[in-house]
Amino acid sequence: MATHESAAHASHAHGAPQGFIRKWIFSLDHKVIGLQYYFLALTAVFVGMFLSLLMRIHLIWPTATLPFFGEIKPETYLSLLTMHGTIMVFFVLTTAPQGGFGNYFLPIQIGAPDMAFPVLNMLSFWTTFLGFIVLLAAFVVTGGAPLHGWTGYAPLSALQSAGPGEGLGADLWITSIAIFCIGALMGALNFITTTLDMRAKGMTMMRMPLTVWAWFVTAILGLLAFGVLLSAGILLLMDRNLGTSFFVPLVTVNGQLTGHKGGSPLLWQHLFWFFGHPEVYIAILPAMGMCSQLLSVFSRKPIFGYKAMVYAIMAIGFLGFMVWGHHMFMSGMSPYTAFAFSIMTMGIGVPSAIKTFNWLGTLMRGRIRFTSPMLFAIGFVSLFVTGGISGPFLAQPVLDIYLHETYFVIAHFHLIMGVASIFGIFAATYYWFPKMFGRMMNEPLAKLHFWLTFVGAYAIFMPMHYYGMSAGLRRYSQSTEVAFILKLLPIQRFITIAAFITIASQFIFVINLFWSMFKGAKASDNPWEATTLEWITATPPPHDNFGGRTPVVNNGPYEYSVPGAPRDFVMQSDPEIKPKH
Amino acid sequence: MGLVLLVVIWLITLVSTYFFVAKTWWLPAGASAAAAGIDHHFTVSFYLMGFVFVAAQLALGYLVWKYREGGSSQKASYSHGNTTLEVVWTVLTTILFVGMNLASSSIWAAERFRAAEANAVHVEVTGMQFAWYFRYPGPDGKFGLTKPELEDASAGGEAALGLDTHDPASKDDVVSGVMVVPVNREIEVILRAQDVIHSFFVPSMRFKQDAVPGLAIHMHFTPIQTGDYEIACAELCGLGHYKMHGILKVVSQEEFDKWLAAREAEKQ
Repeated sequence: MATHESAAHASHAHGAPQGFIRKWIFSLDHKVIGLQYYFLALTAVFVGMFLSLLMRIHLIWPTATLPFFGEIKPETYLSLLTMHGTIMVFFVLTTAPQGGFGNYFLPIQIGAPDMAFPVLNMLSFWTTFLGFIVLLAAFVVTGGAPLHGWTGYAPLSALQSAGPGEGLGADLWITSIAIFCIGALMGALNFITTTLDMRAKGMTMMRMPLTVWAWFVTAILGLLAFGVLLSAGILLLMDRNLGTSFFVPLVTVNGQLTGHKGGSPLLWQHLFWFFGHPEVYIAILPAMGMCSQLLSVFSRKPIFGYKAMVYAIMAIGFLGFMVWGHHMFMSGMSPYTAFAFSIMTMGIGVPSAIKTFNWLGTLMRGRIRFTSPMLFAIGFVSLFVTGGISGPFLAQPVLDIYLHETYFVIAHFHLIMGVASIFGIFAATYYWFPKMFGRMMNEPLAKLHFWLTFVGAYAIFMPMHYYGMSAGLRRYSQSTEVAFILKLLPIQRFITIAAFITIASQFIFVINLFWSMFKGAKASDNPWEATTLEWITATPPPHDNFGGRTPVVNNGPYEYSVPGAPRDFVMQSDPEIKPKH
Repeated sequence: MGLVLLVVIWLITLVSTYFFVAKTWWLPAGASAAAAGIDHHFTVSFYLMGFVFVAAQLALGYLVWKYREGGSSQKASYSHGNTTLEVVWTVLTTILFVGMNLASSSIWAAERFRAAEANAVHVEVTGMQFAWYFRYPGPDGKFGLTKPELEDASAGGEAALGLDTHDPASKDDVVSGVMVVPVNREIEVILRAQDVIHSFFVPSMRFKQDAVPGLAIHMHFTPIQTGDYEIACAELCGLGHYKMHGILKVVSQEEFDKWLAAREAEKQ
């Protein structure tokens, strides 16, 4: 084992590059690539947030003229929501937690000098970057960005004549997603190989931090899901441009025959959601891992039920592939399959509940330090519960008859997949910033950011439940045409005001981030007194992570408050502990 | 900080729960035979999940305050968990989630597994960008042929559906822009779409079903209250999605017969 490890290390240890381009642009260093992913996601999240703000303004003030877009027409509104969803799901929620933090910290946390395939790693980032540029290009081409929503249901997404934006804009949209899939597949392959092959001596699977477990299972989900989406995307491009009819039956638009026949609109939905549901877990599993980690660190207590947490991550990953049909209860799919998908979906609530139970168990009898990363981790638990609670409503077809396509769904997935996951990203940023940049972030500003964002997120998304329960439908650019939706306008007004304040308070975060990079207080190597391997190395870590040394692991990842130990934490690389119970 | 967290988390929980309990914004009154069962299951789910929501949030607020550094507990306990508790919790949530599912499955089966009754009123509902058309088979009980190449959306009515006037079965078909149905009769809707996917949603009937191009989807519901109910499109279908709405008029059997006869007469 030891020889194998050292041989592996030797073959992967490439010399530190000199020169700006090799070091910061086309870098092979997983840490630099992690930062590239992170800043790509940071750029993307501001674009996505800006689009959502425009939508919020339009919803309550339909005649307003807006920056960059002028007067918002119904089709402009639909383009905004399509691009908002696509940017957020792919280039933020998939990019930051996995590509960003996973890239930076997975190798260090398992004691490896780099990823298994550094060149592939660089390629996967630049592929993702290209995907983002192609997506943004859809805004500036004739006809503008597509209006078919981030789910791109065919035939709307397959027919150029179905609406403005369904020309070149839609081609760019699907091309961008296909490019993203290729990048994600390369990344997934790298993460899986690295986790299986590059662990330091003593880092058994059951000593891996839960963050590593989450990134590992997320990578497996990505490998299985993105391939399917890539295929579906290619078929859609062929339907659009080569006259095939995979997803389009005989249809007319405005009474004109389109030339297609024999395709199945439901096939697109099956393929899309076969990716789309695991994607939810691709976004949330890393956040679960990060928050599990932080709750243990700042409660100064071992994680409650480590093994249960690992099994729950696996169960979520496994079941995640068997529930895609719950997006399709109203699609015309057989009602018998709806019954099966419903049972599986309710089943996936069980491992999620186990995790919540264990997070509360970790806090109990702890000694909680309210640092800014801990506040975001606690906020994550609260939001995860709130977002999760609405799941069993939507998972039951009989209730979904009413709730499907209403704002109740928007509330559900924004809380659980969007906000909870973003809280994981914030928690991870405040936690790992000292390691990444060698300086501490400003704590009072960070706390202010937490309070505004936490209360703001609830103020935005809780009222959407009420809106949805009153049959308020999503993807309506105006609420003026349907009486039962028009009377809900006051809720929309409240949400827009809340969104304004919450989005404004994100600038506190950005200012803190960049200010602290240059002016923050110098960080020590282990400012949080945590146990995992990134805290034994220098701050920031050297090019090969451990400065030529190879760490040896003797302990589990969460040994806090061990009786008889000199300090209240025992590093993974410390001599093996024999705790007296 | 622990106390502030407790207060904020508890306040958010209580304010959120208040609007659910007070039913400030709620489902419109149900007007179909299935509505009572669906609404009952809604309420049961709200109580169960509401309890879990409140309990978990209150516990979270309490724990972060109680076990704050500098609080009453001076030392964190060294514990890796409790397998018995873990198993109990897992079993309880499994029973809760699967139980909820099974409790509602009979309603789903009644709505979707069973075909419409033989004496049901047949209405073909066709969605197109951005309008709904409703077709009645007339006295012969048969829908006439429609042909895509005959469609003329701008002409509206029969022409919009591409009705083949040479087909004898189409002679007595009635096409309407308003959906008129008799009360207390089962309505069989046959859902079709010409261009893209639309979704036929009548909140008061607790009825929603996508209309998919290439498919004719058969569904049924029974209105039990006369009145006008709004129909809205619930699947993104293009730039006019937000204004693709219609009216469902539920009337007495006599009024329905009179209305249909008048439309037949107009046609002759």
